Parts: sequence; C-alpha cells; structure tokens
Amino acid sequence: MKLSQYFLALLCPIILLSSCKKGADEVTADTKSSFSIEFENQVNGSPLVLNTTTYKNAKGEDFKINVFKYYVSNIKLSKADGTTYLIPESYFLIDASKEESTNITLKDVPTGDYTKIEYTIGVDYARNFAGAQTGALDPINGMFWTWNSGYIFVKLEGTSPQSPATGNALTFHIGGVTDPNNTIRTFATEINAANPLRVRTDGKPNMHFKVNAAALFTGKTDISFSTLYLTMGGANSVIVANNYANGLFRLDHIHN
Amino acid sequence: MTVFAMLFLSIALMYACSKSEEEVTPEEKKITFSVPSNFPAPVYNFEDNKLSNAGFALGKKIFYEARLSADKSVSCGSCHQQFAAFTQLDHKVSHGVNSCQGKRNTPPLFNLAWQKAFFWDGGVKNIETSPLNAITDACEMGTDIQTIVAFLKNTAPYPDLFKQAFGSTEINSQLILKSIAQFTAVLVSGNSKYDKVMRKEGGISFTSTELAGYNLFKEKCTSCHAEPFFTDFSYRSNGLDLLSADEGRSHITGVAADFGKFRVPTLRNIEYTSPYMHDGRFYSLDEVLEHYNSGIKASTNLDVQLKTGIPLNITEKEQIKAFLKTLTDNEFIKNTLYSES
Repeated sequence: MKLSQYFLALLCPIILLSSCKKGADEVTADTKSSFSIEFENQVNGSPLVLNTTTYKNAKGEDFKINVFKYYVSNIKLSKADGTTYLIPESYFLIDASKEESTNITLKDVPTGDYTKIEYTIGVDYARNFAGAQTGALDPINGMFWTWNSGYIFVKLEGTSPQSPATGNALTFHIGGVTDPNNTIRTFATEINAANPLRVRTDGKPNMHFKVNAAALFTGKTDISFSTLYLTMGGANSVIVANNYANGLFRLDHIHN
Repeated sequence: MTVFAMLFLSIALMYACSKSEEEVTPEEKKITFSVPSNFPAPVYNFEDNKLSNAGFALGKKIFYEARLSADKSVSCGSCHQQFAAFTQLDHKVSHGVNSCQGKRNTPPLFNLAWQKAFFWDGGVKNIETSPLNAITDACEMGTDIQTIVAFLKNTAPYPDLFKQAFGSTEINSQLILKSIAQFTAVLVSGNSKYDKVMRKEGGISFTSTELAGYNLFKEKCTSCHAEPFFTDFSYRSNGLDLLSADEGRSHITGVAADFGKFRVPTLRNIEYTSPYMHDGRFYSLDEVLEHYNSGIKASTNLDVQLKTGIPLNITEKEQIKAFLKTLTDNEFIKNTLYSES
C-alpha cells in the first residue's frame, strides 16, 4: 500500500513532465517528411555478387551465394532527449536480386534530429500469426513457412565445396518466434550526434548501411559448412541468428 | 376523407402486389457467423475480414476449385467432403495430386473459428494462412500461391467475383485467403442432439443409454475431449505405437517431449469422420474404444492419464458409442449453403 503511494507520488511528476514534453513536441509533430535507407549488401567488405563470386567464411571455407533476402521491420527512431518514434507498418523485404528493394523510403516521419535507430531483423511475433498479409509480408515472396507458420527472417542459399548436401547446397532459412528457438533479433545503433538523421521538410536524408552476409557464419559461433549447411528454424537457426544479430548491419554514413 | 382512404388502400394494394412479386425471387439470405449459445467466444471474429455474401460465395467457389491444384484434380473439397463433416470418407490419409498419398488423416473442418492452431501438429496458427499448407504440400495440391493468383486473375468469373466481394478487381494472396476464411470460419457445427439437450431446446433429452454414455464419457474421456468442442486442443500421445513412425508435434516445437504427440481431435460428428487417428488406422469406433481398453502402448511420451488405459466393458462401450452419436449434427452435414452446388 505504502509502496503504491510512493509510486503514485513518483508517477505524478512524470506524467506532468511527459505531458509538458508532448506539448513542446507537438510543434514538430505537425510537420512530417521522409528519409531513405540504403542497404549495401556485401561479404566481408567485398560487394555481394550473386551466383558467381566465391567468398570465404571465418573457417576459411569457400562459398557462393545465390539467394540473400531479409526482413527489416518495426523501425524506431530516437531523439537525444529520449523520445522515440515507431514508424507504423514499417515492414521491408530486402532482396539482393532486386536492386530496387535495397533502397527503402520511410514516409510521414515527424521532422527532427534523430540520434538512434533500431529495428527488428525479421518480423515481430504478433505479425507472424496475424493471418493473411500483403505487401512485403505477402507469402508470395517466398519468405513464409506454410507447414509451421511464420516468416523466414533471413534467407541465404548458395553452395560450398564443404557442404555434404546434394549439389553442395547451403540452405540457411532463419526464422522461428517461440522459445527455445526464437530468432527475433533487434538491431540498434547510435547515430553520431554531430551528424544526426535530420528529417526536414526541405531535405531527404539517406542512411547508408553496410550489410555483411558473411555475418551469418561468424561471431558467437564460427560455422563450418561441413557440419552446418542447412537450417530451417530450430536450434541451428538460433546459432545463426545470434551470429548476425550484431554483425549483419553497420551504419556507414548519413547523407543529410 | 374517403378519397384519402381510397388512395391509401390502393397504395397498400400496390405494395402488397410488389411484395408478392419479390417473393418470386426472394432476396439472398444474409450469410452470418453465429455462435451457438453453449459455445464460448471464438478466436477468429471477422473484425479484419468483413463477412459478406459475395466474400463467402467466392471463398466457397475457390474451396471447390480443382483447377487450382498442380494436375487440376484436387480441390480443398476433395479431401474435405461435406457428407463426411469435411474430412475425406474412407481415406486413411489425404489423397493429393498425382494420386500421392499424404502421411496424415484429413482433419474435419468445422468450428475452426475457435481454434488457435491447425493441423495435427498445430504448425499453422491462423485460419487464414491454413490453406497455404495444403496448397504447397507435394502430396496435397502441389502448387504455389503465385500460380493460383495468376490462374484466378486470368479465369472468368473470378475477377468479377473478387470485385463483388472486395470492391476491387485486384486479386492477391491476401484476398484469396481471406475469402476462403469467410467460407471455412462460417462452418459452425453446433446443432447436434447433444447441443440441443445442453441448450434445453424443445424438450429434447438423452435416452437412458445416451445419458449413461454421457456420464461415462464425463468420467473417462473429458480430461482430453473437453466440452463443448470435445477436444481441449492439446497435443498428446495416446499410445498407438511403442515408437511413433510420425514425429508429430515435435516437428513443430523441436522438443523431444513432443515426439509422437498429436492434437486431440474433436469428437463432434465422429459418426461421419472415420477412419480415425492421425494416420487413419482405425476404421470403426469399436476399434478406437478397444484401443483405449486394451491397446495402449507404453510409448516414451504416453499421456499420464492413459498409463493404465481406460477399462471399458461391452455395455459401457455401447453406451459411450450411443452418446458419441448424439454429437452428429445433420443440419450441418446437409446444409446446402456449404455444398459444392
């Protein structure tokens, strides 16, 4: 009882403060603009070229990539004062074989200076079970499991001489949203305060991310293709997700 | 005054005339989703998929459209036949394209709006995305949603039907799946004798044998086959084999404790849904009851409630069978609203 009174006493000024803040924010909330994010797909610093170029994993094993697709969703921006803005319905499928998909535009974003960006690598829990979807989440995109419903968050297919599968195939379909095989990972990065993301009505900033496909195979657990060459959810997908959670994306620069 | 009365009378007569004309071509009855009073609130509620006659009609037409499958031989309705409570009569396992035999018994389709998960292993979590599984399975329809979208776009009268249902000529996977859900979620079976007894409708009551069966059922079976759906929607091993040939629920969860477990099936309309079990191994209710009486194998994940089996003598079996037949809903089985033509 006493505790809850303290809470209430604490809560009152917080509510007052936040309502104050909101009032001050409303000036900028009325003006909205857009910005874009470019995802430059790479493999350990070299451009990602599908089907033909040979790369090496952390174990020194050769591999090629034929398919590389991933979801970026629930993009959230933060200002230096700690206020955040979750971009509604922000679901994007980046497909290395479709140039136009690697540069996404975020519309109707309140103007302001943002110093942090975070997003889900994949699709949030609720949307995995929310019924028939369209757009980026349309099952027609080949990123939806029909037998165990839910989205494939990251899909990498290719070949490696080390893979014992037919045709030396590598099949990495990472997904799953329930414990112990939950592969939803959030990526967050601070933005240099000297050059924040400046969303303005008179400008269209572009954030440039480098995306390292080889991050699937290194980090927490260096993967050898002789032992792990196929995963479609389950414990092995968790190993891969733990690898790419930190290494897949890197904010390179922002054009304001 | 009299002029007014005359006028009024003639208008009334005209109105009566037009009314009787209407009766010649009666207005289409509004399709509704109705929750029987002895059922709880459904999981699926049409909030984001507004039910309409045109949407239901489109979903039904797609449900019965065999040209959607790889060899144009199999529709949803091929394995989900109304006279078998929307499972497939006489087939142990589903029978798909190119005469391919699937690995599991077709589940009956009704009261799906109350289900949180679908299929024997609960792999699919939303009624709207359930058809994708059957569409893509190599031993069911053997195709993909892209091909189906293209077919429907290019085949009359589908573009018109989509326009009527959703107000746009656009055809995409979302609208296809939502229309199918308008058909499948409306399939409510809640008018069996059991339901009428429970709802105390029109003085209907169980016979003494049925009542004895009901009491036995409550004593021995309801811990898994819970009322009113006659399943608690859990996944269990009922000791069919020492080592299950089908990994069952563990295929979805990756958990060893789920190996050989399958969803407890509903017993509604059980009279029409043979053969029974996930692999359709039992053709009659007698075989099923005898399994619980004497056939339970001590498999690793055997349900604790079945450790000692369910002893049933001949009389008890007959009584339980009599009760199970009160779960037959003939109004549902014969409702022409759900029929192919």
